[in-house]
Amino acid sequence: MPAVPAHRPSAEVGIHQLEIRLGGVAIIAGMDLQVQAGEFLVLLGPSGCGKSTLLHSIAGLLDVHQGRIEIGGRDVTWADPKDRSIGMVFQSYALYPTMTVERNMSFGLRVNGVPKAEIEKRVARAAEILHLQELLSRKPSQLSGGQRQRVAIGRALVRDVGVFLFDEPLSNLDAKLRAELRRELKQLHRNLGTTMVYVTHDQVEAMTLATRIAVMNKGRIQQIGAPGEIYNRPANVFVAGFLGSPSMNFVEGTLQVSGDAVSFRRAGLAVDVSGYAFAQVPRQGQPALLGARPEDIALHLDQAAAGDGRAAVALVEPMGAQTIVWMDLQGQQLSALLSGHAEPAAGQEVAFRIASDKVSLFDVATQERL
Amino acid sequence: MSTPSAALPIAPARSRRPSRLSAGRIGVYAFLLSAAAFFLLPLYVMLVTSVKPMDEIRLGNLFAPPAHWTIQPWIAAWSEACTGLECRGIQVGFWNSVKIVLPSTAISIFFGALNGYALSFWRARGANLLFGVLMIGAFVPYQVVMFPLVRAWAEIGIFSSLPGIVLIHTIFGMPVMTLLFRNYYASVPGELFKAARIDGGGFFRIFFQLMLPMATPIIIVAVIMQVTAIWNDFILGLVFAGRENLPMTVQLNNVINTTTGERLYNVNMAATVLTSLVPLAIYLISGRWFVRGIAAGAVKG
Repeated sequence: MPAVPAHRPSAEVGIHQLEIRLGGVAIIAGMDLQVQAGEFLVLLGPSGCGKSTLLHSIAGLLDVHQGRIEIGGRDVTWADPKDRSIGMVFQSYALYPTMTVERNMSFGLRVNGVPKAEIEKRVARAAEILHLQELLSRKPSQLSGGQRQRVAIGRALVRDVGVFLFDEPLSNLDAKLRAELRRELKQLHRNLGTTMVYVTHDQVEAMTLATRIAVMNKGRIQQIGAPGEIYNRPANVFVAGFLGSPSMNFVEGTLQVSGDAVSFRRAGLAVDVSGYAFAQVPRQGQPALLGARPEDIALHLDQAAAGDGRAAVALVEPMGAQTIVWMDLQGQQLSALLSGHAEPAAGQEVAFRIASDKVSLFDVATQERL
Repeated sequence: MSTPSAALPIAPARSRRPSRLSAGRIGVYAFLLSAAAFFLLPLYVMLVTSVKPMDEIRLGNLFAPPAHWTIQPWIAAWSEACTGLECRGIQVGFWNSVKIVLPSTAISIFFGALNGYALSFWRARGANLLFGVLMIGAFVPYQVVMFPLVRAWAEIGIFSSLPGIVLIHTIFGMPVMTLLFRNYYASVPGELFKAARIDGGGFFRIFFQLMLPMATPIIIVAVIMQVTAIWNDFILGLVFAGRENLPMTVQLNNVINTTTGERLYNVNMAATVLTSLVPLAIYLISGRWFVRGIAAGAVKG
């Protein structure tokens, strides 16, 4: 892809005390969010968490009940969608079925009375970036899913806007195309440097694309930060469980404090967490939830090996490069992700060790990170 | 593979095509043929009578094929048949009907599409109420509102005129046309409309450049429905069109009721067939389109 200078500087998006009601129910309330210029922000969450609602309100397709939305430092809370300097890509592509690819992409420009020569230039540029040159005279019905989504991206691209909004753009594509287009999107962002706000429920998309991820649940942002931070230091049990596949193991137990040494204990398991960065000094006997990612659990197949605990292997799922091992720790299910080929057999008893510098501890009552 | 158990019936190596003529099938064909004959017989009598000279008709052999073919009754029906004192044939009515049907169809479809589009996508306050009222309008019999309409039309000076009858047809076509287009647009993904809004399209721009071209299949359905309904209309044309613009159906009635001496059955039959030609042609030519349009509910972008 050729590097293309953006005509318009990318814009920042500010959301202040936003409240959105649909059918009298508050979907989003008291939301604050600041998207930096040039950032790729991913709104990640399960369906019904309000992430699409938030995106549509930024686009101006939903009326705001309370609060303020700013794009590029301008208050656009009540501005028409076309006056917000945004381009949007939808899950269903939403291409105009009666128009050719070229007419689809130029529709917005023609509406706004852009000179013909300028339209041709911009469409040619977008077509080049997205490899659509040969498809310009086709109708949407003659395109494949991946091509359609490229045209939809091109339609947003030609408008030369400050912010791109993506509403689950890859969800309708098959796995292979999704990975391909995901890479192209990332490249596109690198080349254009335009602010992008991207809604998805797919954690892989979020992890790979985002500069920052905002994890949403029940209309609230649970945590916002760089992908690595979200993954390694989840702010609460929801975020910890939502990211990662297979998902994080949660084990309930208590903290034992003696001097400087802190350990997490439960029946059949003891993990030394002295090195853990506690937000507050832990109390002796405090109930806690230990979260350990499957890849942070190491197995020792050797019968005599010592570890943090021993468990029986219940099920083995080989995935080629990796193997998921499901274990039973006295009624508690644990999963471990092994790389390599050392596969334990089902029913075998193994010792396991949890990488104590990678674990997360949560308060049992508040579900927040300790 | 396991060996098939002997208890199971073993399928023959080659399954035979079931015999084509079972007793049930013969019954179905018999019914269909008699039904077809029942409905086609009147048409047959009309066509046969219309090409017989009067001498032959007087013999009273209704079903007999013509001994002497003549095209004269058709020419007479088209250009010489008398309605009252005028003897210019049914062609006057034909052209009047064309003058009524074309604008009425175009205008009612245009506004039906516009209504359907506005109701589906713009969701103005009270849109559902308006739609409800329109639907009630579809069930009000003409006769109930006939007299008030006559008074109102006379008051604004368009009673007994071409614009008057066109407006009447447009109004009475509105509920069904709106329903047709609203349901069609309800199947169009809302994201399409949102994309057009972000692209800067306004109410009419989105309608003319996006939604109207998309609705081609349903426009064809609407044309078929409106042309047939308006062409076949009798009472509205009789009351509102005025003497100068009487549609073909009313003219046909006048031709048949005007007798000067002998009743010219062959001319009457020819005039009747001529009057029904337009709806017949519409059905024959566009039947395929009609089914396709009705079936084209889901549009993939």
